[in-house]
Amino acid sequence: MMRFNTLIKHPADWMTGGQGEHGAVITSRIRLARNLRRHPFPGWAKRDQRAAALDLMRPAVEALPAMKGAFSHELGDLTSVQKQVLVERHLISREHAARGDGSAAVIERRQTFSLMLNEEDHLRMQAIRPGLQLTAAFSALSELDTNLEESLEFAFDPTLGYLTTCPTNLGTGLRASAMLHLPGLVLSDQIGQVLQAVNKIGLAVRGLYGEGTESLGNLYQISNQSTLGESEETIIRRLERVISQVANHEQNAREKLLEDDPEMVSDKIGRAYGVLRYAHIIDSKEALNHLSLLRLGGTLGYFPTKTVMLCDSLLMDIQPAHLQLHSGRKLSPEERDSIRAEIVRSRLQSLETPDNRMSSNDDKNFSDTPNPNPGDA
Amino acid sequence: MKCDFCEKKATVFLTQLVDGQMKKVCLCDNCAKERGVTDPTGFSLADLLLGGLPGGPGTVAGHPSPGVPGNGKQCATCTFTLDDLKRVRRFGCSDCYATFGDEVAQMIRGMHKGTSHVGKVPEGLMAIQFRNQRIEELRSRLDQAIASESYEEAAGIRDEIRNLDEVKH
Repeated sequence: MMRFNTLIKHPADWMTGGQGEHGAVITSRIRLARNLRRHPFPGWAKRDQRAAALDLMRPAVEALPAMKGAFSHELGDLTSVQKQVLVERHLISREHAARGDGSAAVIERRQTFSLMLNEEDHLRMQAIRPGLQLTAAFSALSELDTNLEESLEFAFDPTLGYLTTCPTNLGTGLRASAMLHLPGLVLSDQIGQVLQAVNKIGLAVRGLYGEGTESLGNLYQISNQSTLGESEETIIRRLERVISQVANHEQNAREKLLEDDPEMVSDKIGRAYGVLRYAHIIDSKEALNHLSLLRLGGTLGYFPTKTVMLCDSLLMDIQPAHLQLHSGRKLSPEERDSIRAEIVRSRLQSLETPDNRMSSNDDKNFSDTPNPNPGDA
Repeated sequence: MKCDFCEKKATVFLTQLVDGQMKKVCLCDNCAKERGVTDPTGFSLADLLLGGLPGGPGTVAGHPSPGVPGNGKQCATCTFTLDDLKRVRRFGCSDCYATFGDEVAQMIRGMHKGTSHVGKVPEGLMAIQFRNQRIEELRSRLDQAIASESYEEAAGIRDEIRNLDEVKH
């Protein structure tokens, strides 16, 4: 069985993905909710009933060809830091991490598929792909789902579709979403109006980090809300169309900013570079916001294109549980801020200054190998 | 704008943040009155969407019989009651959807783009649906064959229907 450290050691497939849509769409995610017939839903089931459902599902999931050699553990066997790392990687949900025995996570080696067993529904399976690839992610996950139907009997009603614990997921059980990076729309004050338009057509929008309406790092998630009354393809097609439009708006906003106020753009990117390269104490909010601008610099040619990927990995690695895993001990908030700054400095140490805008293909003089002596900036 | 509950012209529009997401409901005069949506300040959209059940909050007709859990409705598979449904706004097992059919119908109106599933069907079911469709087609061909007195063709069709029926059971 795959060990936790082996799973986490390698960057996920989606982190090393392409740069479609000018880097505005970071990932696409498809989630399907399924439940077993004649078994109480996890939230209502007694301990032994939950265990019985898990005993049915886990072998069936592990036997899938796509899940060969997968990471498969009951949540009670993982430490709270390990569970939190999986949450930060979007491999399990916060709700799932709160569970212990009787619930499990089965994650494919390259982290492209991740299945939560006994979350709110018996089975919540998700597929993650880099860039805008909702259709590809759905067809891969749908194949997994069809394979599972050979050994598990899912609750289905001809009128209501797949039956779920909460009626908000009825029908297709599908939640399709994309993570977007929209600094151009934020800097040009158009974000509110774009997100409002997206919301008006029945799609959900939320900031990926930050409480309530606050968004950190200019990162947003757009997803479908309705799961019944339309086919999976229709839901996904609409979402892809809207996301493409938002990505285009973002691209236009970036071009316009460069045209109208290049000094302001250079200043913001330069300052972000300065702080990230030389700060010794940085909290997660500041780091997220500066990494967002550095990422923007990577897409605008201020830095080599590799920088975008580097920023995406850093966004993950500066989260609290990742920092704790990295240090191998419990950290105080102050220690976290120091170690966060140290990791960022070491990863960016060979990144040249953005004073002269490079051509996006010029990747010389840049390597993203970590410095063996971090902190020697 | 149509009412989410009865398709009449909507005159009352409610927007509220539910679980951090913006939810919007459009109601006509009658449905708004029926659901007690007269005082938006003390009114929760979630109650309307998930809890506006007969006998539940936001309904005028709601007078649950005292002492009888959930008006006597209980899922035979998992013992979930109507009271449980109002409390947690989720179901106990997949059979609850049949047990609380009326409540489900009311809950999902206005919640989704539609009220009937259009989309993926489990493979086994697909085969059954396809077979039933095929039997229907054959039956209408059989009627035509008998009407045009093509008895030989009718016999062949009858055999085909019999074969499909045997697979079905």
